[in-house]
Amino acid sequence: MLSEPNQTKLTQKMPILTLEEMMSIVGRSLNRVDASDKVTGKAKYTGDLVTPNTLVAKVLHSTIANGVVKSFNLDEAWKVAGVVDIVTCFDVPDIAFPTAGHPWSTVEAYQDIADRKLLNTRVRLYGDDIAAVIAETEIAAQRALKKIEVTYEEYKPLLTIEEALANTEIPIHDEFPTNIVKSHKYEIGNFEEAIKAPNLIKVEGEYETPIVKHCHIEPAISFAYEEAGKIVVVSSTQIPHIVRRVCSQALGLPIGKIRIIKPYIGGGFGNRQDALTEPLNAYLTTRVRGRPVKLEYTREETFAFTRVRHAMHFKITSYLNREGDFVARSVKAYSNQGGYASHAHALVANAINAFRMMYPVGAIKGEAYTVYTNLATAGAMRAYGIPQISFALESHIDDIAKVTGLDPIAIRKRNMMKLGYVDPITTITCHSTGLEECIERGEKYLNYSEKREKYSKQSGAIRRGVGMSIFCYKSCVYPINLETSACRLVLNQDGSAQLQMGATEIGQGADTVFTMMAAETLGFTIDKIHLISRQDTDVTPYDSGAYGSRQTYVGGMSVKKTAEKFKAEILKFAGKLLKRDPWDLDIVENQVVRKNKKEPLISVADVAIEACYSLKESIHIAAEETHHCSDNTYAFGVCFVEIEVDIPLCQIKVVDIINVHDSGKIINLQTATGQVHGGMSMGLGYGLTEYLKFDPKTGRMLNDNLLDYKLMTAIDTPELHADFVMPYDPTGPYGNKALGEPPTIPVAPALRNALLNATGVAVNSNPLNPQKLFYAFKEANLI
Amino acid sequence: MTKKSIKCRVNGVNREYFVDVRSSLMDLLRGPAGLDSIKHGCDVGECGACTVLINGRPFNSCIYLAVWAEGKEIVTLEGVTNPDGSLSDIQQAFVDEGAVQCGICTPGFIMASIPIINQETPSTREEIRRQISGNLCRCTGYQKIVDAIEKTQKKRIAEKKKG
Ligand code: FES
Ligand code: FES
Repeated sequence: MLSEPNQTKLTQKMPILTLEEMMSIVGRSLNRVDASDKVTGKAKYTGDLVTPNTLVAKVLHSTIANGVVKSFNLDEAWKVAGVVDIVTCFDVPDIAFPTAGHPWSTVEAYQDIADRKLLNTRVRLYGDDIAAVIAETEIAAQRALKKIEVTYEEYKPLLTIEEALANTEIPIHDEFPTNIVKSHKYEIGNFEEAIKAPNLIKVEGEYETPIVKHCHIEPAISFAYEEAGKIVVVSSTQIPHIVRRVCSQALGLPIGKIRIIKPYIGGGFGNRQDALTEPLNAYLTTRVRGRPVKLEYTREETFAFTRVRHAMHFKITSYLNREGDFVARSVKAYSNQGGYASHAHALVANAINAFRMMYPVGAIKGEAYTVYTNLATAGAMRAYGIPQISFALESHIDDIAKVTGLDPIAIRKRNMMKLGYVDPITTITCHSTGLEECIERGEKYLNYSEKREKYSKQSGAIRRGVGMSIFCYKSCVYPINLETSACRLVLNQDGSAQLQMGATEIGQGADTVFTMMAAETLGFTIDKIHLISRQDTDVTPYDSGAYGSRQTYVGGMSVKKTAEKFKAEILKFAGKLLKRDPWDLDIVENQVVRKNKKEPLISVADVAIEACYSLKESIHIAAEETHHCSDNTYAFGVCFVEIEVDIPLCQIKVVDIINVHDSGKIINLQTATGQVHGGMSMGLGYGLTEYLKFDPKTGRMLNDNLLDYKLMTAIDTPELHADFVMPYDPTGPYGNKALGEPPTIPVAPALRNALLNATGVAVNSNPLNPQKLFYAFKEANLI
Repeated sequence: MTKKSIKCRVNGVNREYFVDVRSSLMDLLRGPAGLDSIKHGCDVGECGACTVLINGRPFNSCIYLAVWAEGKEIVTLEGVTNPDGSLSDIQQAFVDEGAVQCGICTPGFIMASIPIINQETPSTREEIRRQISGNLCRCTGYQKIVDAIEKTQKKRIAEKKKG
């Protein structure tokens, strides 16, 4: 699937800036604040911080997928030189705990499902954590693991949703006797009444998405030790404050006894929006009187025993009138949870919500089931259920276009969410939208409509096709979950400031945009903001972490609020020094000035030094604010793609691809473009090559490595084009909306629709790999 | 456990190490040599995060035995930074082009790009992509990485022409 080098680079139009915009920092294309450390190797990741005397822990994973551990024989394992401790599922505290990276709900009904222990006697997936060895060296730990003998009582592995629903004599979790984790329904309007209207066209389709993997390049890793009466866990996580709470629950210790430190992390993509190695690691250090213990997963363990993206199955039925207006639509969805609940039903719930929100026209009903199976545990992965529903829904729209002869763009435009939409269930409101313009720019870039017409009439072995897809995505998790974020600013004697966020940098560029936002609101230059990247739950203000594309939206508002308060404090002191009313003062480029005037009256540095050392009135200027967010808004976007299909070889080559996004005002064009490229690349993998394969007999993951699991390499990736439409969103702190996750959403369905255009063959599951295309083309008598 | 003494040059300095014969060059460099710019993502030669230069050629140090380094010239990212601590052209290009996100793959990519930017004739983007396809990045989609390498290569070739 090599791509032609495409020299037609999208020329980013140079925007004409107003004077105010030229003064502003937000909206500029600035280099990342952490880039220099990352290109020199100064940036420290968890593995770089492990001290030489640290013990090594290794987990023993079960070799059955469903059953119970009966006994261990540890005699030979204990004989291995260098073994310090061996812990089994019979030794750990008898506490079930949840792992999902959600803020804790004080309402019991909304709390995450607590369905696993530090080590599990009841085995629920191939590779369940059943014992652990702590040793002086990695080799000793590995050797000891191999010498542990386990006896099991084994049950038949339930690997599919159908199997799990049909075999409930021994449920995977006793508390869930039907193996259904959760199900729910909604109905907007009256579906049955609506479909009675005359002359409706009915289109049905079934769509399926596979289990895939995040593949952050740094494997799962943490290390833990005791200090000052606390357990300290240094971890590669997206959610330090949540991990702290999970560790406290898992060990049955007060939250204040746990301290989580998060250094730079090598990618997350939702996998680390879950407690992974941390709870067990926290426990293991207590077993060795607080000595440092490292628990690092291999690549293979990271694949099989952290989290995966849920496979989902959708049945969609649509009724529309001759003009192409939706009259009634329904979706029935099944989500494969794997062995443990993790984020559980929240993903498929999100998926069927987006089904409603994207085309909120006519009667709509949705129904969703999340089912435990004995496969890898599914959790959050970039865009939380939306890549799945978008593949189904956006494929379905093109199926409707095919059946009705209507134009796929016209169907979308008629029915898609418009400005002012209020979702009847969540109340999330469309405060701004540039979706229409996104579609227009994408269509123009690719010359989609003309090509679509032309390509629909091809014959021959090599054919071209164009496809497109749209999406909407929420900017935070309100009102489903709590949205809260805190920030702290502290003034240094040189007039610079420390910026401390609970929100985390996970590669997406959060630190850079927070720095820009603080500088913007304070009237400081960028170099005067020193962001403390590392979170330490002992000192870092609270934020639930990096997920849901929420940080620039929610965390951004906490920066803005804190910066406003901080600036007021500086001006109050400056006012005293200058004998002026602080209300009359402002800060521009690190200088205190009169409002709307340019002449500097005193530098912030002089104010700062006086404030700190004043013999008359010393004050340490600092500010801390919480933003409890109680609004939300939709980001939008499109993907337009052109492919070439080699029918005899069953191969797809991407010829040209563009994503156009409405994420509101873009804070930093450089980092935003990077997010789009990365999401597109992941979307290409989802569309074309990526899926996890399991042994149908044992449930063992078969392609648990970076060789057999096909994520995009540089040579597989076409030139990627990104463009932005930027309506100013009134609810975003700087007019901004969600961006991190969305770019990955629309790519796979656009590819599938391009294949439909090229060949007339509708493939209703991703990835569109040669194996699958072979059968599809054979069935269509193309080969 | 057998140990062996090896001599090699690391970032331009002669070094001698006493290594476990089973250990990888990555373990040696990240461990006793204290060069933790080297990252790892798989330990079996799949991801390229551990790439270093050995006699000018990029290798995955995780599958290169430490004892094989005997007599070799090894360069890591620490040796790419200018002696005064400032960024070299390729590092600056990675910063300016936005080729860095989480950064875990970055040291490996910069090391893999050194032979490319030292070429006498310009590469097509396709050739650059091929040459770095042993390195995986999940964050950037490679677009800006290719941009950074292409830009630096062009600049170096132009500078050489000028003499
Ligand atoms: S760690 Fe060496 S190639 Fe992945
Ligand atoms: S920048 Fe994260 S893997 Fe490349």
